[in-house]
Amino acid sequence: MTPPRSALGLAAAIRNGEASAVEVLDDYLAAIDAHDGEIHAFNLVTRDAARAQATIVDQLVASGGDPGLLAGVPVALKDNLCTRGVPTTCSSRILDGWRPPYDATVVTRLGEAGAVMVGKTNMDEFAMGSSTENSAFGPTRNPHDTSRVPGGSSGGSAAAVAVGFAPVALGTDTGGSIRQPAALCGVVGMKPTYGTVSRYGLVAFASSLDQIGPLTTTVADAALVFDVIGGHDPADSTCLDRPAPRVLSALDEGIQGMTVGVLTEFLEGADADVVARTRQAAEACAAAGARLEEISVPEVRLGLSAYYLIAPAEASSNLARYDGVRFGLRVDAEDTMAMNTATRSAGFGAEVKRRIMLGTYALSAGYMDAYYSQALRVRTKIIEGFERAYRRCDVLLGPTTPSTAFPIGAKVGDPMTMYLSDVCTIPSNLAGHPAISIPFGRGDDGLPVGVQLLAPALAESTLLRAAAVIEAAAVIEAAASTGGGRT
Amino acid sequence: MTDGWVMVIGLEVHCELKTTTKLFCGCPNMFGNEPNTNVCPVCLGLPGSLPVLNQKAVEMAMAIGTALNCEIRPSTFHRKNYFYPDQAKDYQISQYDEPINVDGWLELPDGFRVGIERAHMEEDTGKTTHAGVTGRIHGADYSLVDYNRSGVPLVEIVSCPDLRTSAQARAYVTELRSVLVATGASDGKMEEGSMRVDANVSVRRSADDPFGTRCEIKNLNSVRSVGRAIDYEAGRQIALIESGEQIMQQTRHWDEDASRTVMLRSKEDAYDYRYFLEPDLVPLVPDSDWKEAVADALGMMPAQRRARLADLLRDAGNVTDARTEQVATVVDLGLDDLVVEAIAGGIPTALALARTANEAAADPEAARQLDPGSFVTLLSMEAAGTLSSTQAKTVLAELLAAGGGDPSAIAREKGFEAMSDNLLSVTVAHAIEGNPDEWARYCAGEDKLAQVFIGQVMKSTRGQANGKAVVAELQRLRG
Repeated sequence: MTPPRSALGLAAAIRNGEASAVEVLDDYLAAIDAHDGEIHAFNLVTRDAARAQATIVDQLVASGGDPGLLAGVPVALKDNLCTRGVPTTCSSRILDGWRPPYDATVVTRLGEAGAVMVGKTNMDEFAMGSSTENSAFGPTRNPHDTSRVPGGSSGGSAAAVAVGFAPVALGTDTGGSIRQPAALCGVVGMKPTYGTVSRYGLVAFASSLDQIGPLTTTVADAALVFDVIGGHDPADSTCLDRPAPRVLSALDEGIQGMTVGVLTEFLEGADADVVARTRQAAEACAAAGARLEEISVPEVRLGLSAYYLIAPAEASSNLARYDGVRFGLRVDAEDTMAMNTATRSAGFGAEVKRRIMLGTYALSAGYMDAYYSQALRVRTKIIEGFERAYRRCDVLLGPTTPSTAFPIGAKVGDPMTMYLSDVCTIPSNLAGHPAISIPFGRGDDGLPVGVQLLAPALAESTLLRAAAVIEAAAVIEAAASTGGGRT
Repeated sequence: MTDGWVMVIGLEVHCELKTTTKLFCGCPNMFGNEPNTNVCPVCLGLPGSLPVLNQKAVEMAMAIGTALNCEIRPSTFHRKNYFYPDQAKDYQISQYDEPINVDGWLELPDGFRVGIERAHMEEDTGKTTHAGVTGRIHGADYSLVDYNRSGVPLVEIVSCPDLRTSAQARAYVTELRSVLVATGASDGKMEEGSMRVDANVSVRRSADDPFGTRCEIKNLNSVRSVGRAIDYEAGRQIALIESGEQIMQQTRHWDEDASRTVMLRSKEDAYDYRYFLEPDLVPLVPDSDWKEAVADALGMMPAQRRARLADLLRDAGNVTDARTEQVATVVDLGLDDLVVEAIAGGIPTALALARTANEAAADPEAARQLDPGSFVTLLSMEAAGTLSSTQAKTVLAELLAAGGGDPSAIAREKGFEAMSDNLLSVTVAHAIEGNPDEWARYCAGEDKLAQVFIGQVMKSTRGQANGKAVVAELQRLRG
């Protein structure tokens, strides 16, 4: 297939009339037709609606208008983002037949910027998982090795961008669900600061942690998409009242004089090849003029435990509404309560049920203080730990995941091992801070490795400048090494 | 109340706020529309929807807090989790350990102060109708849910357990209702469910004993049922204790038709609501400017209105129990401004109060619309003797029915011209002729016999004569 084109490049070509949005779309649809049977990145391809959007973009260009920053750029949407009149399933049986009567704010903003929505991507059910194996519609396969998982929960979005089904996808990140699959699929994945991107129309998993962000082939594209989808939305009370971000323009300013902290705790459980790539990325930062420092934030070790109380607690409440009364699946029974139970028993998968029970327990009278409230105290500790680190460092660096993509089926029987693949990504969600995964070479198994940059709240600009430096170094690394071609 | 026993009562009053839109979305807050027409993704709890707090609802909650002498505090919202079909999200957004209003009080007309523990904001549920013999969710053939009420803003006002009799509880609900209406936050329509009362009731043998185990009674939809349910429940508890049994903490339902409370659930079956901080909303921190603006916009409360009239009565040396009751009536009906204007217009205090509390109060809706100027004109005519009180009442009724008018013109139309002195003399003389014995006794000093002649004159003039003028004529003739 053709090498991936950047969204920036595509939008520029379409805006100045060099390329047609419809033709660009047809290229991507052809790739989907050819390969999605194997990859299963999509739950639904919205072919006709996409063609209609692309046609409008072309007409607008022809008549001298400007369709916007993402003119004619095909975008894949994770299937937990509401799309008006288009099924939104969260890869769950329980939303069977539901078509939202409204668009998520991010979907509206993409449309206003001229983007063309190609379809809804597969995911772990309700974003609960790290492998996209918890989908009611079957797993997505990693394009680099189809016997392996793409990561999760935004596995469909990551695979779609990696294989060239779309130059841009949106994912959602509650504990690493953008960054971890981005790392395993060899693409860029960014989780913005909590409150910079509206959650209106994102089907909630854990409201205080969920954040929407881009999966792209380049850091610049991630910046571009963030500029488009970010900014205040009066429909989301947790969305910060700030002007829309403008990080793309500052991307090339470099990192001369910045301090990059290599986060000791993130290296602890990581495979040797992943640690080696992380060290190389740090050296690349040093070569670009940054000062390197080894830094320890011991509190992040507690992140996983706190997360697996806070996220399920919120989920147990957020997922209560799937009761068969108003929308989605209904399994009839002799009375209302029995109908609720029958519907939820049939509609939710095992992992969702596990987390609902875990969260219900964590919030129960007599247990709340020991579990949920204690987890909130840990969350505060983690924020304090990061604050300490950011007094010395501008950004923190570590691996995104402890290892490369694992085989399908390898961890499904052991939830704890599965949960551990998010150990490096969870702390940023608990703190509400931005973080990004950048592909950086390959592991000993030839599979992509992602390195992760973390920054303080609202420091996306700093984060992306450093990410651009690492990306540039990764490209040189790939060119220098042999046999690093894409499958 | 059985001898020696003391009740302890605390009330929880849910008040629907009269906002234009719902608490967390822009849907109309309207009663009585077609089911499921005032709904949107937010109040239906559709996936992906998020709540946005209604500023006007917050202001009304602050107004209620201010009127109830509460401290208005920085507050947060929690989720109260329980499954029920009319609960769109299967959790209710409510305030929990950090409510907006705390530590206030409400003064009853008799001067007794009832502590207000808190007055917090929350959203209302939809309404479920269960079809089938039971009318309850269990055993229903099917259930229908109307979400028009889902997300309607409520303020729940929780009193301290300060009330000791059902009469006091009734007085509290009545007074609270007047306060809520006076703040502009509520229409006070208990029959439409815009005010709903739950009562916590316990009994003890003496006021020195610790509180007994309480039961919560739900479904009190009128002031009358509040009183009846409390009396029934206290009697039930006393009977149990006197027969050697213990009171179990329960939630009970008031059955108005059967005039009794029945158990809904025991303490063991109480829900575990798993309250936790609502992550979709941010803390609410009203600054002092906002609080002041709300306080400044607040009109007079019923207690202040009663005090204003009581002061005027005292100035006129006119305080009696009957008049104090009239004051309560006119304040309750929102007619006290009329009385105050009449007094300011030179009308005797007692007359202004009586015509308002007795005649104008018969049609309070119309009386609130009445032009105070014409009311003053009418009462001046009565005070001056140009109109008899019977005539004045007739003209007032006409003014209320017609929505205003010129009292003099109405009096003329009705033929209520004052009788000529000559005609009055003739009529009085005629009455004396017909009652010679009474006339002799009247002349001997029995003043109260004037009533006999007044009665005769009124009868023969069909109420057209002025009583005071008759007495004056009698006194002139007596010499």
